[in-house]
Amino acid sequence: MRMDKSYSQSFEITGNNFFDAGKAATEVKMILKQIGINSDIIRRVAIASYEAEMNVVMYAKRASMTIEISQEKIKIVVDDEGPGIQNIELAMKEGYSTATTEMREMGFGAGMGLPNIKRNADHLKIESEVGKGTKVEFVIELKESARGGSKER
Amino acid sequence: MKLKELKEKLNLSVRCAEDKLIQEITGGYVSDLLSDVIANAQKGDVWVTMQVHVNIVAVAVLKEVAAIVLVQGREPNEDTLKKAKEENIPILVSKLPAFQLVGKLYESGIGKT
Repeated sequence: MRMDKSYSQSFEITGNNFFDAGKAATEVKMILKQIGINSDIIRRVAIASYEAEMNVVMYAKRASMTIEISQEKIKIVVDDEGPGIQNIELAMKEGYSTATTEMREMGFGAGMGLPNIKRNADHLKIESEVGKGTKVEFVIELKESARGGSKER
Repeated sequence: MKLKELKEKLNLSVRCAEDKLIQEITGGYVSDLLSDVIANAQKGDVWVTMQVHVNIVAVAVLKEVAAIVLVQGREPNEDTLKKAKEENIPILVSKLPAFQLVGKLYESGIGKT
């Protein structure tokens, strides 16, 4: 795949579909592997995408995940139809979660989702309207870090 | 060490993806919190967990772990097994609790750098 221009692709995520959860993040990872993006960048994008996808599966009705890749950066936008986030600042706190007991028993709801996205992205923007939905947008820069060639380990 | 050797050494039962037991294991991780595994497990790890639901397979695929090892004799759910077969992710079962199993894994040289 030549990267002269930017490339973009969208994936649908369905709320409460735990069987297919993680599929969009895996597809995103495959695309980046095919293009030959360095493995440290792929690791960061995969972690952030997975967390964003699981938030949709756990809380929202549906969402689209769009990846845009250019020479400079990888941008991922997850736009959902769902309950929205009451207090974004609180939701960003490590350990804070509104997950149900059932979700927690499954190993979710550790309050690590949004912090994991923030830690792995260079830029993160969250817009939310209660009762309507949430849009999570994050960017991982390729410019300098893409030259590193560090290994996924 | 190959997964196959580990299976014999630690008396693990294989539930699926038998053909992938020739894989080399390069490390290990133990956790039941999926966000923790997503953030910290490494490619080629054996992942030790109590979780048996279908999402462990997606996590394993995304992280490219060598295998999932379930502890305390816990069996994968039906749809977990279905998905693991589809994705060809080995799931093995140990009768031991996580602490003892991880101890034995470490003794076998897994995770020692």
